[in-house]
Amino acid sequence: MIFRGTALVFGDDIDTDAIIPARYLNTIDPFELAAHCMEDLDPNFVKRVKKGDIMVAGKNFGCGSSREHAPLALKGAGISCVVAVSFARIFYRNALNTGLPIIESPEAASCIQDGNLIEVDLAAGKVRNLSTGVTFDSIPFPQFMQELIAAGGLLPYVMKKING
Amino acid sequence: MGMTITEKILAAHAGVPEVHPGQLISARLDLALGNDVTAPLAIAELERLGVRKLWDPEKIVLIPDHFTPNKDIKSAEQCRVLRRFAKAFGLPHYYEVGRTGIEHAFLPEEGLVVPGDAVIGADSHTCTYGALGAFATGVGSTDLAAAMITGETWFKVPETVQIRFYGNLRRWVGGKDLILYVIGKIGVDGALYKAMEFGGPLISRLPMEDRLTLANMTVEAGAKCGIIAPDAVTEEYVRGRAKRPYRLYQSDPDARFQEVYEFRGEDIEPQVAFPHLPQNVRPISEVGFVPIDQVVIGSCTNGRISDLRIAAEILRGHKVAPFVRLIVIPATQRVYQQALKEGLLEVFVEAEGIVSAPTCGPCLGGHMGVLAEGERAVSTTNRNFVGRMGHPRSEVYLASPAVAAASAVLGRIGSPEELKK
Repeated sequence: MIFRGTALVFGDDIDTDAIIPARYLNTIDPFELAAHCMEDLDPNFVKRVKKGDIMVAGKNFGCGSSREHAPLALKGAGISCVVAVSFARIFYRNALNTGLPIIESPEAASCIQDGNLIEVDLAAGKVRNLSTGVTFDSIPFPQFMQELIAAGGLLPYVMKKING
Repeated sequence: MGMTITEKILAAHAGVPEVHPGQLISARLDLALGNDVTAPLAIAELERLGVRKLWDPEKIVLIPDHFTPNKDIKSAEQCRVLRRFAKAFGLPHYYEVGRTGIEHAFLPEEGLVVPGDAVIGADSHTCTYGALGAFATGVGSTDLAAAMITGETWFKVPETVQIRFYGNLRRWVGGKDLILYVIGKIGVDGALYKAMEFGGPLISRLPMEDRLTLANMTVEAGAKCGIIAPDAVTEEYVRGRAKRPYRLYQSDPDARFQEVYEFRGEDIEPQVAFPHLPQNVRPISEVGFVPIDQVVIGSCTNGRISDLRIAAEILRGHKVAPFVRLIVIPATQRVYQQALKEGLLEVFVEAEGIVSAPTCGPCLGGHMGVLAEGERAVSTTNRNFVGRMGHPRSEVYLASPAVAAASAVLGRIGSPEELKK
């Protein structure tokens, strides 16, 4: 899977309350959630983000609550992939389980500037900064995880396996 | 090579003699938990997949606690999803408002979680149960949905860091101050993906409710779980509560710890975490002049009976400062009833605070005390992220019930030592 999009750069310790404030957790509708994605940190985020954009962040991305509404809101807002220095563990699991591609790459995450055009090759574990021509390598996901992400998450993946 | 408590519990639940950090295992679970925010997503997935049969109805717990009593129509509908699902599948462990409380206070109190368990909960503070010597960790709704079908989940065995406390606690210092102090030292990702095992002579003397507070906030350091070796204090707590047989695990003398931290109780003052991260910790003597608008005493971190006793001891004979709101939230129906019997609720009302029904409510900016722009709260809860308790430009300062109660009277963040009787 290859994703290409504009980088939206954020800092360290972006918590799940920032990704989707708890006051909107009275719904599980991804479009309603997406409408409030990142709004406490960047009120213009939803206007700024274009379908396919790539979020780039510092360490401990997605810390805080276990709400799966966070990866759902990011996906719903149009984010195709998140590149970060590191991910908080529940978010890491939730992102893969809901089919939101993520890549841990401290080098890429620290070098990419807001607005750079980025290409992520999930199978190869490569992050290319098309604006600067620099490529960053990370450890690619094993085959089953790539299939899981491609299927849209854990449950669709499991159902696909069961139904052949 | 010896194993840590966490490794032993995971090995037992994976059905293998030993595990080592980094190993991927599939573990049999003893309990899976969801609430009114996370379970509706899991239930929607199960319905979409047409699942007709669940794992073991005895081992699934559903607690409507976050936005209850229902704060609005959408929340009411989320809770109705839980209720209908529990009825349809005959789940005995759905607990209605009026019989329940905040999940992480309620489950240990009811003996639904016991030492030696492996538990997942679709709530990050599921790590609280580590205080009982159980492996417990937060997951998302999808993992919960899968576990509700299979009774199993996969884990990567975490590295364990050991945190040892020596000496004695100073006056007004408790579990909350210990965990804030540790997070201040190691940071909000200081234990990322790891198990935090607490030990040392000070922990052996620490009461169970302080231990629950300690384990509760290990996720605020990025940890997968917090764990405390079960001992006489644990056994006394679970005796008469445990709904199932339990097993006490200890780390082997030659268990491998990735890192060992050692702290002295005498060095630890009451702690306050400044906005907007739990690691922004200062001792009370270095807080300075911080006027406040609201005080919240409650939550899965500090809404238990011992917390309310401390708050009442400080508030007795005092009034809340002008223009300050004090909101006290007993964590469960039992805590509420006990506080009523002991006259604690009367102390709060006499002090001109209000007492709420058990709910997570203001902790996550849900209801029962949401902050306006520019307002500041001292709260015994666990997170002080941007917008956590309301407006994105409001502020939350995390502290113990002792500091919170004293601050309510002072109208600024302060220590109980500053109050004249």
